Amino acid sequence: MAMLESLDTSPSFAADEVEASLPDSVTGYRSFRLGAFTLSRDEYFVRIQWPAKGQQRSHLIPADAFLRATMRDVAWGFFYGWVNFDDVIGTRNHYGKVDLYAGTFNGVLREAGVDYTERFETPKIMATFKAILRDWTNAGFDPFAAPEETGSAFGRKKGDNLEAIERFRVATRRMPGLPDDSPLRDDLPVNRQFADVPQDEPEIHAAEGFEGELHAFNLYKYLSRSDVTWNPSVSSVCKASLFCPTTEEFILPVFHGNDRVEWFLQLSDEIIWDVADKDDGSPRARITMRAGDICAMPADIRHQGYSTKRSMLLVWENATPNLPQRYESGELKPYPVEF
Amino acid sequence: MSTAAFRTVFGSLDDYRKGSIEIIQGEARHYAFSNIFEVAGQSAPYEKVVVGLNLGYVIETLRADGQSPWYTAAHDEFAISVDGEVRVDFLKLDEPLVEGDGTRLAGPQPKGRPMGYVLLKRGHQALLPAGCAYRFDSPRPGVLLVQTILGPLSVEKWADICLK
Repeated sequence: MAMLESLDTSPSFAADEVEASLPDSVTGYRSFRLGAFTLSRDEYFVRIQWPAKGQQRSHLIPADAFLRATMRDVAWGFFYGWVNFDDVIGTRNHYGKVDLYAGTFNGVLREAGVDYTERFETPKIMATFKAILRDWTNAGFDPFAAPEETGSAFGRKKGDNLEAIERFRVATRRMPGLPDDSPLRDDLPVNRQFADVPQDEPEIHAAEGFEGELHAFNLYKYLSRSDVTWNPSVSSVCKASLFCPTTEEFILPVFHGNDRVEWFLQLSDEIIWDVADKDDGSPRARITMRAGDICAMPADIRHQGYSTKRSMLLVWENATPNLPQRYESGELKPYPVEF
Repeated sequence: MSTAAFRTVFGSLDDYRKGSIEIIQGEARHYAFSNIFEVAGQSAPYEKVVVGLNLGYVIETLRADGQSPWYTAAHDEFAISVDGEVRVDFLKLDEPLVEGDGTRLAGPQPKGRPMGYVLLKRGHQALLPAGCAYRFDSPRPGVLLVQTILGPLSVEKWADICLK
């Protein structure tokens, strides 16, 4: 969660607004209604249906990909801007309200007029997404993990994995490890792919009378113990400037279109980013980042990252509230510097 | 199945491999792509080179080499050592800076009480608290990242550091 404000995402919040069917007699899964959308799943696929041009339209997403995307959208409180689950389905955050769309940011579908968008109060769509995650995530599947670390999302309903989808979310006010701030991760094990990362802490030599006023920690150790992938979490706060490092493995489960500029600094290993037009999805660039590389993600693109080895990435956000309007009005250019 | 251990690749002044941009449409310069080790390699000691700019907020790359001046700021700043070892000394200023953005020089001998020091190795992060003075010391060349706000000491030289 990379924002200063926080949403109530407890399982019970707005639960009475969730419209769920009884479990299907064959697959065991419930289906859900969200306005004019219907969401259902079977052994392999999630099916999303919506009305357009007098017909029912539909789209299928593999269940594992859908659950990984929904997990991020829920954990991030709908994040900044557009969270595209794939080239068709996604959400747009209006910070209090959220659009769910089908095809609206796909150039071909939109041109054909078969797209559909509906706006929801955040508590309703959040409660529905959480109910979907609880029902559709089977025992043994962790939608926050990389594929090599977890079991299968496929098949008929068998158990659940509430622990995985309701992990405590870190909200850092100043810096982890300070009194009354988010904790360090000494209790979590080092991830198998970071076994070679040194675990020593910085030496702090406070003068007499200043005990507890100096603060430092091993950021790489902290990241090596992250138990989730692709989950920017705040590690330092300079007014609205948020350092949100995260550990990445496999594919970013969403194609993120930001409503502001963000920056990536690759701290270890390598990520390849597919970059496309935010509005219609047409490809723009493919960026390879290795340790020490830093680059901006302009405000008019969407991006999706690929990381073979688990890698450390610093995501840098500016959490100033009025930025989406300033970019949309043209007051601010989509890219951050001119030279 | 291979039993070779995973190797985590970090960069350093002496050993980094810069990435690349394959453009399909648009301009590479809009991504302001640079490599912090390359930037630090071309910079004067403790030159605060802006490698990330977001509406006044910055990430600066500093070549840590020898002793820096005393710095201060009216707001929190953060330093991460990404190569080498650096000592950070802290002073509780008698007259802390309370206004303005970004890092300022605190003068050659700022008045205050020594708070102690921290020793940062690669990957270690320190809080540089608002209103304190701090000074870096590094016996060998290293690299620091500083999270702060654009200030009078910030150096922008995008055309020299970015892919075009």
